[in-house]
Amino acid sequence: MSNTPTSATAIARAIQNGEVRATDIVTAQLDRIQRVDPELGAFCSTFSERAQQGAARLDERQKAGEQLGPLAGVTIGSKDNLLVTGEPASAGSKMLATFCAPFTATSLQRLEQHGGLLLGRTNMDEFGMGSTTETSSVQKTRNPFGHDLVPGGSSGGSAAAVAADLCPIAVGSDTGGSVRQPAALCGVTGLKPTYGRVPRYGLIAYASSLDCVGALARTAEDLALWLDCCSGQDGADATSLPTPEPVAKLLGERQDLRGLRIGVPRELNGEGIDPEVLAATQKAISQMRDLGAEFIDCALPSAKHAVPAYYLLATAEAASNLARYDGVHYGLRSEHEALGQQSSIDTTTLSRSEGFGPEVQLRIMLGTFASSYGYSAQFYERARLARRALQCEFQGLFEQCDVLLSPTSPTAAPHFGDKQDDPLARYMWDALTVPASLAGIPAISMPCDQTSDGRPIGLQAMAKHGNDGLALQLAHVFQQHSEHHLRRPQL
Amino acid sequence: MTGYTTVIGLEVHVQLGTASKLFSPAPVQALGDPNTRVHHVDIGLPGVLPRPNQKVIELATRAALALGSEIQLYSEFARKHYFYPDLPKGYQISQFDLPLALGGEVPIGGDRTCRLHRLHVEEDAGKLTHSAIGTLVDLNRAGVPLAEIVSEPDIRAPKEAHTFLHNLREVIRFAGVSDCDMELGSMRCDANISLMPVGSDTYGTKVELKNLNSLKMVQRALEYEERRQTAVLAAGGKVLAETRGWQDELGESRAMRSKETAPDYRYLPDPDLPPLVLDEAYVAEQRSKIGELPEQRRDRYRQEHGLSDQDVVALAQDREVGDWFEQIVASGAEAKAACNWLIEELLPTLRERKVELSQSPISPAALAEVLTLLKTKTLTQKTSRLVFAHLLDNDVTATQAIQDLGLGKIADPNELQPLVDEAIAEMPQAAVAVRDGNDRAIDALKGLVMRKTRGRADPELLDSLLRTTIAANS
Repeated sequence: MSNTPTSATAIARAIQNGEVRATDIVTAQLDRIQRVDPELGAFCSTFSERAQQGAARLDERQKAGEQLGPLAGVTIGSKDNLLVTGEPASAGSKMLATFCAPFTATSLQRLEQHGGLLLGRTNMDEFGMGSTTETSSVQKTRNPFGHDLVPGGSSGGSAAAVAADLCPIAVGSDTGGSVRQPAALCGVTGLKPTYGRVPRYGLIAYASSLDCVGALARTAEDLALWLDCCSGQDGADATSLPTPEPVAKLLGERQDLRGLRIGVPRELNGEGIDPEVLAATQKAISQMRDLGAEFIDCALPSAKHAVPAYYLLATAEAASNLARYDGVHYGLRSEHEALGQQSSIDTTTLSRSEGFGPEVQLRIMLGTFASSYGYSAQFYERARLARRALQCEFQGLFEQCDVLLSPTSPTAAPHFGDKQDDPLARYMWDALTVPASLAGIPAISMPCDQTSDGRPIGLQAMAKHGNDGLALQLAHVFQQHSEHHLRRPQL
Repeated sequence: MTGYTTVIGLEVHVQLGTASKLFSPAPVQALGDPNTRVHHVDIGLPGVLPRPNQKVIELATRAALALGSEIQLYSEFARKHYFYPDLPKGYQISQFDLPLALGGEVPIGGDRTCRLHRLHVEEDAGKLTHSAIGTLVDLNRAGVPLAEIVSEPDIRAPKEAHTFLHNLREVIRFAGVSDCDMELGSMRCDANISLMPVGSDTYGTKVELKNLNSLKMVQRALEYEERRQTAVLAAGGKVLAETRGWQDELGESRAMRSKETAPDYRYLPDPDLPPLVLDEAYVAEQRSKIGELPEQRRDRYRQEHGLSDQDVVALAQDREVGDWFEQIVASGAEAKAACNWLIEELLPTLRERKVELSQSPISPAALAEVLTLLKTKTLTQKTSRLVFAHLLDNDVTATQAIQDLGLGKIADPNELQPLVDEAIAEMPQAAVAVRDGNDRAIDALKGLVMRKTRGRADPELLDSLLRTTIAANS
């Protein structure tokens, strides 16, 4: 790997120019996965045949002098909740352990159309429910920066894969921070685009009004490349947005941050945040000030309702979305001895009890309660109101500021099992990422420092609805003037 | 019923006649092997999303407008949750607190009308078949678009329920929204019925009736339930809130399940579907596509053609029959004759042969030609029927049919004269009787000529030739 380029942008260019062969890139990446991943557990399985065949086609086309796509030969990991024809897609759940996808997710199809090579599926918390990847029924994923540390979640496998150079880009999904938080914990860059910018067709749903297909990479530049290849309206997704302007070309337009007004909402930059993380944020702020940014102290009072609102809405939608796993049509069907003569309702109850892990069952029960008759006005409906209020506050802030800044996660990577018995404490780990999810706005996490014991720290930048380009631009400028994103773990 | 007022409400599901399903590209077809009309979306596979079919909204909007309902420019799809093997997603996509249309009314006989509560769009579930090897699931019907039409409890008699459904079906068919075939399941009806003491304004306990597969069954089941509840109340008992299934062959209903505890469907706005936002221009466009409704058409036929009530009702029974009638008239036939032949000859014949009107082997123009030939006396009542029968089996014009059958009327005196002479020669005493003033004796001579010509002789010409020949022979 020493002489081969490692960023997606550089790989694609080298392959387009015939300097490297796509087949060699794929072979090298698969070799590295074989060497490194048994210990790390980032990939649940690889799509080696698919990737090699795709690479061979690219090499032939290159030889024939054809113009290759902007992702030519870029190997891409995809989260286990995104469908790829003929490959398993389990969403980290025993429920779908034997499920094989009959079609490819729109977002991944578009990457392949642009020359991307899907390399394998990455581990995740079951149905995206978790912040550590520990709820996966498939395997344990370790943080490349410390094998006793969690990689974050739910896109923990994607974050670990990028951090360990197993692929330059890994696709994830972000419902309440599931791309940004693992990116922060594994020292890589992660983007949650504007809700609806990347189509969801083929993404196994957790909470439909919040789910975003996102990605993790080493640099903002690679994320811009990724975003341009998979953004745009999809007839199969009624919530997808009209095709936007590409963002990659914006990155070169800015050398510094002059003229940029950056808001620092108090509620996301104080209470409950580890002092080392706060200090790292302050340091980044002063670097950005040096680059010409103007900083504005501001308030987002509704942020205190964000975690409860998020958990009520997300679980209510999850209880609904996961109702399809009933042991009847596909997926796990209980073979419990009590069955036999019993009715289908019992098959469903037993299959769900066996197929879902404890965290998923907890959230289904929470969501069922929050949306049930007599309670939904008190919980679900109020959560919707809180969401609306938060959206309005964000809108107001974006009249004064171009970007809002906060740490991505209140702490650096925890150890396995930390706060295992205190789900509410774990839910608070999402406090800084769920506001952008509820508002549907784009947010990026970029590495900005490390703790004294070497754990990465992430910085989050949020932009106005549809202004993904600005978040990427800010991160790109910051990365032009810092090296945190280039720090690699010792494997 | 003595002492009690009957209160009936109806809930009607009408299948919206689209080529594909409500949220998937799978085709809608009543027939087909199980699970062959199924897309990933209909199975509720992981990762799929519903994609709304615009045509469904158009048809539902037209149905609502035709029923006089008010279109809600902002409506929403909601998920209705329950676990059942015929419901692959664990929820049905329907509409809840923000339906597509509110209000409207349907005439129920005399000058009475039944108000409509609402009309909303929803998807159908699959079908279960219980067999020896277990319960089988067929998802061909899963995701088929339906309009659910809910009445207010304004109906006071089983007969009115029948009239309601008849009139509703007529309007929906006219609006081109659905064929409303209860046997094929493209129209389904659940009824609820309760009794309250005459003069009371507090409704009694409702019983819901299911398994009503025809208009007659609806009426019979309600009549039975009316008697049953009356008997229960008269005996001092209490009517139980329950769902009862109608067993038509037994002529009675059986309790299916109690409704004392309502299920919690946990309705949620469907986060996969943006709110349905329409504008006035859209509504106006859909209104313009409805065309004439049955009542308007009946009025027009009365005025334009002077047809009787019985005729216009028969002609306006569905859009196609009326359209056919108008085409016959447009081809030059008289309205009354066109009506008679269509209603009394063509439709019964087609029914007998199990052929749809749209597939009729006789075109409106061909039928009009028969009627014209009849009017100009080229054909007689009798020969016209022979031509009609010939046309049913042969793709020819009426003129050609007359030639094929050798049925042209003999209106040429030179052709008819020898036959007249022959008849007088064969029945001289009849000719004498006529000459002696017994006018009825001429019928025997006419009959003879008609027999010889197989009815083709022009009756008037024959009459005059007979008379002049007899007179000349004297």
